[in-house]
Amino acid sequence: MSASAMVGRRDFIRTGAAIGGGLLVSLYAPPLLDGTGGVAAAEGKDFAVNAFVRIGTDESVTVIAAHSEMGQGVYTSLPMLLNEELQADWSKIRVEAAPVDKAYNHPVFGMQMTGGSTTSPAEWERYRKMGATARMMLVEAAAAKWGVEASSCKVEKGVVIHTATNKRATYGSLADAAAKLAPPANVPLKNPKDFTLVGKPTRRLDTPSKTNGTAQFGLDVIVPGMLTSVVARPPVFGGKVAKVDAREALKVPGVKAVEQVPSGVAVIAEHFWPAKLGREKLKIDWDLGPNAGLSTEKMLRDFSQMSSKPGAVAKRAGDPDAALKTAAKTITAEYDVPYLAHAMMEPLNCVVDLRADSCEIWTGTQFETVDRASAAQVAGLPPEKVQIHTTLLGGGFGRRANPNSDFVVEAVHVAKAAKAPVKVVWTREDDVRGGWYRPMWHDRFVAGLDANGDPIAWTHTIVGQSIMQGTLFEAFTIKDGIDSTSVEGAADVLYGFPNLQVDLHTPKIGVPVQWWRSVGHSHTGFSVEAFFDEVAHAGGKDPYELRKKLLASQPRMRAVLELAAQKANWGSKLPPGVGRGIATHFSFDSYVAQVVEASVEKGAVKVHRVVCAVDCGLVINPDTVRAQMEGGIIFGLTAALKTEITLKDGRVEQSNFHDYQMLRMFESPEIEVYIVPSTESPTGVGEPGVPPVAPALANAIFAVTGKRVRRLPIRESDLA
Amino acid sequence: MTSFHVNGKPVQVDVDPTTPLLWVLRDSLGMTGTKFGCGMALCGACTVHLDGKAIRSCVAPVSRVEGKRVTTIEGLSANLTHPLQRAWIELDVPQCGYCQSGQIMSAAVLLTENPKPTDKDIDEAMGGNICRCGTYPRIRKAIHKAAELASEGRTK
Repeated sequence: MSASAMVGRRDFIRTGAAIGGGLLVSLYAPPLLDGTGGVAAAEGKDFAVNAFVRIGTDESVTVIAAHSEMGQGVYTSLPMLLNEELQADWSKIRVEAAPVDKAYNHPVFGMQMTGGSTTSPAEWERYRKMGATARMMLVEAAAAKWGVEASSCKVEKGVVIHTATNKRATYGSLADAAAKLAPPANVPLKNPKDFTLVGKPTRRLDTPSKTNGTAQFGLDVIVPGMLTSVVARPPVFGGKVAKVDAREALKVPGVKAVEQVPSGVAVIAEHFWPAKLGREKLKIDWDLGPNAGLSTEKMLRDFSQMSSKPGAVAKRAGDPDAALKTAAKTITAEYDVPYLAHAMMEPLNCVVDLRADSCEIWTGTQFETVDRASAAQVAGLPPEKVQIHTTLLGGGFGRRANPNSDFVVEAVHVAKAAKAPVKVVWTREDDVRGGWYRPMWHDRFVAGLDANGDPIAWTHTIVGQSIMQGTLFEAFTIKDGIDSTSVEGAADVLYGFPNLQVDLHTPKIGVPVQWWRSVGHSHTGFSVEAFFDEVAHAGGKDPYELRKKLLASQPRMRAVLELAAQKANWGSKLPPGVGRGIATHFSFDSYVAQVVEASVEKGAVKVHRVVCAVDCGLVINPDTVRAQMEGGIIFGLTAALKTEITLKDGRVEQSNFHDYQMLRMFESPEIEVYIVPSTESPTGVGEPGVPPVAPALANAIFAVTGKRVRRLPIRESDLA
Repeated sequence: MTSFHVNGKPVQVDVDPTTPLLWVLRDSLGMTGTKFGCGMALCGACTVHLDGKAIRSCVAPVSRVEGKRVTTIEGLSANLTHPLQRAWIELDVPQCGYCQSGQIMSAAVLLTENPKPTDKDIDEAMGGNICRCGTYPRIRKAIHKAAELASEGRTK
């Protein structure tokens, strides 16, 4: 690495404030690191790189986070897990993002990444083991120093104490000696009932830096000599540059260069503002390609038509066709939800310093392993020559785990052309129009009821693009033409329908699509739970009671449902004009039920109150669970009430927060969250709060207006 | 050359006078606490104070601040002691945290003008600040809390 790149990195570290300086001693905790096991195999490595915790001689304790912090609280919950066993002084704990290394691969997915609401479930054991290993080595070092048995020592807040003599030694004073010891072969963990930190409401470690402007996001990274670029991308997905006239752009003071890159035309300037002004002056002829005719209106018609015939069968139980023939009553409904952009508050960005033999990247990413491999390919370097510094993420919601590493790959191309360190910045318009959306979906249901009004048949035909097709996850997620994420929440519906079919059509459309907070559940949660309400009413049943009945063999969901209903006073009288709706949804192995109270005045929906009950297994930080449910509810309400991406002549019709609107404070309801106590293993928290709120709202609107909401976002014209 | 004060310190910048204050702060002065979210005064992430009033710095040309006093999130307090910062920390308001500089700067003006705001006052004052993580319920509580902390500070 060249000297100037080193200066750049030091500069970043200094302002990043996560790393304490040169006095830190790494404690090496190998047993689980890379699946190859043994201490011998691990000893040859640079132990500072793949440590999970470093104990400094200055008593600092640095926890290295293998997962990205995007608001979900893992920079607090991972240290909590580790320190439950380490028992250091909590006030000494700091967090640092892990570099890219297979040591930090996701224990389940086998690559370094953050997503699928899996950080706590996946790290539940590993981080505790790392903490326990470090503690045992520190105790061992103290015992050796004092010539006593390790078993005669205890630890308290980062101090090892020999109980009989009251000799004391701090972790910092033992760190050097501990680092020379062999790690223990056997690392027993506490019984969860003895936890003193996990399960207790714990303040987030990142809050102070997020209240005084010092928290560093990707967009805040400054590398010496860095230029800034904005890229003009095609107005239609898959379009290509035919001709560029950059003469006027190059006249803008501060613009250094205009370069064609595979994704478009990069304007490279001293700062953001001249880069943006320069982009406005570009004259580009685009070859629009095959997607110039795409239109949402036509897609809606096509999807509906496709749904009139069953697709590839994802799930079949009993004989729904026969049951429908014998049904006393059948009901049918079609549901639509649009493409959605993630719209993280921090627009995408990526800093790249590309040298002859190295590539350093600073960005807020959820997908380190994939990004590094993709960047290496473009840079023409082996992956180990590429390092990614993961910054804080100003929101992720899935967008920053891009299967093509689009925002990273593009930035490496721009850096190649710029021949200088460069920060590529997306504007809000670039973000909203940039694709990689939650797919649009169409759902057609037919249900059959018996003479008592109980559902005896449930068929569900789903139409929408696959987010997995063409990605490296295809082999694990697509079987017999069924992308499991297209039918999740539908094929595995928890209600006991005796005769069931869920089938799927997967049209290929040139709009790039991707996972979006709660993935397939973001549409099945809505359609299944809203149609369930229709079925209940068609059969003359209370929608809460019918859910309870059909969840007889699902005790955890039933308990969550009952808790939400009880806290919301289900069945009690509401003020005139206010309706109440209920929904449940199982996702990311967690159980959630929500009750919404809402009113409608001249077509305008007002959400007054949301009551949420959740069972996510054993809770690590209760306040984080509450925060994620609150946030998931607001996120889900934004989709229910506000946002849609539509296409006309292949062009995205929305561009910024005036036509892609977010829920605002004056529109956000009172939210109450109740957590079911559990001793089961932890399950997902970041996403499961999203799916139930749109259907609970739709059902509340029906309760007060008698009008069914069958498409999102909810339109005044549908309720007027 | 444009001259103004940022957080009490005089600064001079040599940029196109139409450059938005946001980019002068971030790119010319290296003060990255003020955030870019939309560039159209729609999201509030770039909120700073200009002579004590909240403005969206993403649409304010730097020429507008000539000779004036700008306060950014970095200037709110030296050591996290502002009542809003204390309340934000106590209630663990932020999630991703990206919008919070702007939220806090908007709330600071609200509390200056209205030391004891109601929910409705808060909703009105904070309507221009978007939080995609959905921290609104906590922001509302934290503003009430900060109002309390500030009034305790005054009565001491």
